[in-house]
Amino acid sequence: MMNILKIAVRNLRRYVRRTLLTALLIMLGVALVILFSGLSGSFKSMMIGIITDSNLGHMQVHRKGYVASIDTLPLHLNMKAGEYAALKDALDAVPGVEAYAPRLKLGAMLSNFLETTSIRVTAVVPEAELKVSPALSGRLKSRAWNERGHFLGPGEIVIPLKIATALDVKEGDSVVLVATNSEGSVNGLTFTVAGLVEDVLGPQGKDGFIHFEDAKGLLRIAGEEVSEVAVRVKDFSALDKVRSGIQKKIAAVKDKKGNPGLEIHSWADLSPFANIARLIDLLTVTMLIIMVGIVLISILNVMLMSVYERVREIGTIAAIGTTPGKILSLFLAEGVCLGLLGTLGGCATGLSGILLLNLYKVSFAFAQTKVTLNPGVSVREVLTVSAIVLCMSVLATLQPAWRASRMEPVEALRHV
Amino acid sequence: MSLIELQRVTKTYTTGEVSQQALKDINLSVEKEAFVSIVGPSGSGKTTLLNIIGCLDRPSAGEVVIDGQKVNNLGRKEAARFRGENMGFIFQSFNLIPVLTVFENVEYPLLMVKNEPGPGRKQKVTQTLEAVGMLEHAHKLPDRISGGQKQRVAIARALVTRPKLVLADEPTASLDHETAFKVIRLMRGMRDTYGTTFLFSTHDPRIVGEAETIHTLEDGRIVSSAAAKGARQ
Repeated sequence: MMNILKIAVRNLRRYVRRTLLTALLIMLGVALVILFSGLSGSFKSMMIGIITDSNLGHMQVHRKGYVASIDTLPLHLNMKAGEYAALKDALDAVPGVEAYAPRLKLGAMLSNFLETTSIRVTAVVPEAELKVSPALSGRLKSRAWNERGHFLGPGEIVIPLKIATALDVKEGDSVVLVATNSEGSVNGLTFTVAGLVEDVLGPQGKDGFIHFEDAKGLLRIAGEEVSEVAVRVKDFSALDKVRSGIQKKIAAVKDKKGNPGLEIHSWADLSPFANIARLIDLLTVTMLIIMVGIVLISILNVMLMSVYERVREIGTIAAIGTTPGKILSLFLAEGVCLGLLGTLGGCATGLSGILLLNLYKVSFAFAQTKVTLNPGVSVREVLTVSAIVLCMSVLATLQPAWRASRMEPVEALRHV
Repeated sequence: MSLIELQRVTKTYTTGEVSQQALKDINLSVEKEAFVSIVGPSGSGKTTLLNIIGCLDRPSAGEVVIDGQKVNNLGRKEAARFRGENMGFIFQSFNLIPVLTVFENVEYPLLMVKNEPGPGRKQKVTQTLEAVGMLEHAHKLPDRISGGQKQRVAIARALVTRPKLVLADEPTASLDHETAFKVIRLMRGMRDTYGTTFLFSTHDPRIVGEAETIHTLEDGRIVSSAAAKGARQ
């Protein structure tokens, strides 16, 4: 095998310029795939992180039908005490769950005593909420945040920045929240503005926050009632496994008709960014297909030329007793070495590019969110790209190598 | 005892509707350790005859027996193995592998055809190169040596596996007269040293006399077979 490789390398060195040009082309393809994969992967995971850690959580559990009507924040589709208790038991029993937080969601009117506007409000249990949405604290603009040690207390409200600007409301001001409960009864409560919150991409990104107990008072809810439960998992890559674990546990919760009473959605089901993420994946696959095309065409071209130029040489080695299988191996080794050269160069270039992008941070605004890329690529991704290139090298060399091995020595020796 | 036996061998080439007989009813017998020349003008069928004996081509009719084995219908792989085991080849234009050094060219049949292990292989290559007087050029690439030297290397490559038969198609055609003589005498010396049977084709009347037996081909037929002045007494 070593001898076959030695001869293959010598033959590649025979036409240095051609070999280097082809390797350069493959190198470019591999480097572009690695760079694009690193950049797009970084952008994707960063955006998913922002969305899930700021407000959405990794998963959400609702009463069946709630998500379909989520635009109207339907109070009559809230989970009742029994359902919530069963859900808590289920979540406590699934090992991959890191934390969960109950939320009551409502539509209300917000007044600063001079002007009134509509607002979507999420009522939260602050300690639980920060465990599920750890990046929420980063979105809060509150001078008293450090002094208080919590971002929201009873009687306090956190208002979206845009509404605060429009109503000229500042931290410490008093506002009134008026809401209608599920029975049609209207109620109002006065709140102190505890802070302002920045917008974030996706649903629930422009909500205000009040304390869970205040919402119960405002909506005159006597017992336990929640609109949704946001769930955070310990390992994001195990999201689907944890989800199916929860799914199995909550299947026992039935509605009055005996149908499943609760439903679970992952962030991808709830956020429109999931479509962008899918588009990014599609672009990565497209880049990969382009790279495969480059490898196939360039190696096929070089190896066809190589066989054509060495017909007499093939005739000679066949005449002195080299078997067709060994001739096939000689050319296959040549194609693989060429692919390997391009792959190594491409990996080195791509990884260097990623290193440079990490040294000189690239930032840009994406839907009101400032994104700073930290491109990275896993060993598995690099190995996959390398394996694809090497397989393509074999595939591209197969036809010319087969042709060389099937040459009749007597005809090959006659070739001028 | 005969190493080569050809009986009623015919070779016909067909291109479209045109057929041409390159060899017509050839009967030939070559003894072991013989030094035999096939002579004749261009197009007389010398190369075709050598190709058929060397299992590089198949006869259209007749029987070819080499060292007691019928070889006319060997498959591609079997023919390659048979050549590797029993034959060496010397070509008019040397046909050395340009990316390999002189040493590696000679080593090639042992390494890639016979899969011989290291130390013994190196020793055989060194001995053979020494025998053809090319040991001092062992590490040069073929493009760094003269035509005569290339043919010496080709002879070493043909002999390194110690084959029973070496076939040489116009081995001196690309060489000047003096070098051609040296090469033919070297081949003969190798025959004496290793007991290898040599069968070579030529149309150069000046070196024909170096052979022991001369078979003359004309229009695909052997028209005469005679002992030459090089015949052993």
